[in-house]
Amino acid sequence: MLNTKDILETIGMIHEEHLDIRTITMGISLLDCCREDGRAACQAVYDKICRRAEKLVETGEQIEMEYGIPIINKRISVTPIAMVCAASANTSPVEFAKALDRAAHTTGVNFIGGYTALVHKGFGPGDRQLIESIPEALSSTERVCSSVNIGSTKAGINMDAVAMMGRIIRRCAELTADQSGFGAAKLVAFCNAPEDNPFMAGAFHGVGEPDCVINVGVSGPGVVRAALRRAGDCDITQVADTVKRTAFKITRMGQLVAMEASRRLDVPYGIIDLSLAPTPAVGDSVAHILEEMGLECCGAAGTTACLALLNDAVKKGGVMASSHVGGLSGAFIPVSEDAGMIDAVNCGCLTLEKLEAMTAVCSVGLDMIAVPGDTPAEILSGILADEAAIGMVNSKTTAVRLIPAIGHDVGDTLEFGGLFGSAPIMEVNRFSPARFIGRGGRIPAPMQSLKN
Amino acid sequence: MRAVLTVIGKDMVGILAGVSNICADAGVNITEVTQSILQDLFAMIMLVDISDSRISFSELSDKLAQYGEKSGLSVRIMHEDIFNSMHRV
Repeated sequence: MLNTKDILETIGMIHEEHLDIRTITMGISLLDCCREDGRAACQAVYDKICRRAEKLVETGEQIEMEYGIPIINKRISVTPIAMVCAASANTSPVEFAKALDRAAHTTGVNFIGGYTALVHKGFGPGDRQLIESIPEALSSTERVCSSVNIGSTKAGINMDAVAMMGRIIRRCAELTADQSGFGAAKLVAFCNAPEDNPFMAGAFHGVGEPDCVINVGVSGPGVVRAALRRAGDCDITQVADTVKRTAFKITRMGQLVAMEASRRLDVPYGIIDLSLAPTPAVGDSVAHILEEMGLECCGAAGTTACLALLNDAVKKGGVMASSHVGGLSGAFIPVSEDAGMIDAVNCGCLTLEKLEAMTAVCSVGLDMIAVPGDTPAEILSGILADEAAIGMVNSKTTAVRLIPAIGHDVGDTLEFGGLFGSAPIMEVNRFSPARFIGRGGRIPAPMQSLKN
Repeated sequence: MRAVLTVIGKDMVGILAGVSNICADAGVNITEVTQSILQDLFAMIMLVDISDSRISFSELSDKLAQYGEKSGLSVRIMHEDIFNSMHRV
């Protein structure tokens, strides 16, 4: 018989410490939906998504009920739309966004990712058009998420795209100003974007992926924090060990759900993304884990070191628990979605500069951060260039998801509701990088890219 | 398929009987039972075989949850694999 202590531990993790499967994301290739006639292409996109994901939500709910583990999101990622719409010169990419949105509603998923362009080395056919259309696409659809990869360790950083993205991020916020600029929350600019990431808003289905695949993202900051609290005043090696053990258990559950979803949907299992994804719920915060390690407040001296330890231990524990690991895999540090981060910003302990340092050792980057509404596009581009540089040099994924709070300034808070939480508007350095951003061109790939 | 049924709450007369009745009515076979009482907190764990259950898993889960709500207990049923995968390598 199973051990009573183990059973009660699992139940406690789920019901008191917010353990959940954050997302089951079905990746669907749309490469076979390219048509010269845009309308026919949009129809093919809609039909294929609906056919493939017909039972996704239902299956997710069945597994959730039988295994007693909450599965928060069921989502879809698709081939970067810039590649699909390039063949349909007569049609605006926005029509493809609308087809994706309709498919999301029909299948019942809460987000669909892949309104994407990969321009790390330059713009291909369809790329510029798609990027320019992002503000309209995100403001005229509900569930579509967009991402743009503007740099990579192998290719360097496309500074023309960086300049463009500053303007696009601002425009997304302007067009959705009545929804707290939510359009910008559905847009991520990446360096080294992974092709199998199940998390939104940056999920897309890479060209090296199979026709259809199931990727699963796990979560559980609350469980890690509770385990550290139980561990008490141990030394730092034991802290790392406790995180590893907990990450192992969390990931095993993700692996089980992924295998089961894959079997029931008859779709191959891709990867588990070992991520600590916080939610605004009390007790489900990554910042609180760092504070449990011994910081007075997240953002204090020592924060980057604590985060580095956490990120590494999560991977070490998770790798053994899963047969295929991928995606972003690490600790997320979104500000608006993490109660501890919000408090740390509000009390003045956590600044944008500290968050930037933290992104060098966490899984992604500057995530869900509201900046003053009058922040010029070139400053947004400058922040993006800095993040991309960190990613490029360290061979890791970095990303920027900034929300210019149109009509608001430092001291105000943007409310998004639900899992997106609320974002206190953060101070931004006002000295201008305009001349640098205006130069255009490409930052050459670093020495780290020459591994052959 | 085997599932783990857990009952957690304040100890009182008739918990075992109440839960067993629901299982018997549904054709669910109880294969193992273990229970412990820590101070006033009652924790019962049953391993059940639901292969011959006459009702669906969701109906069984709802019935147990309703019984729990009525009696002030937390009653849950979960597939046993979740525990096996989490706690065994």
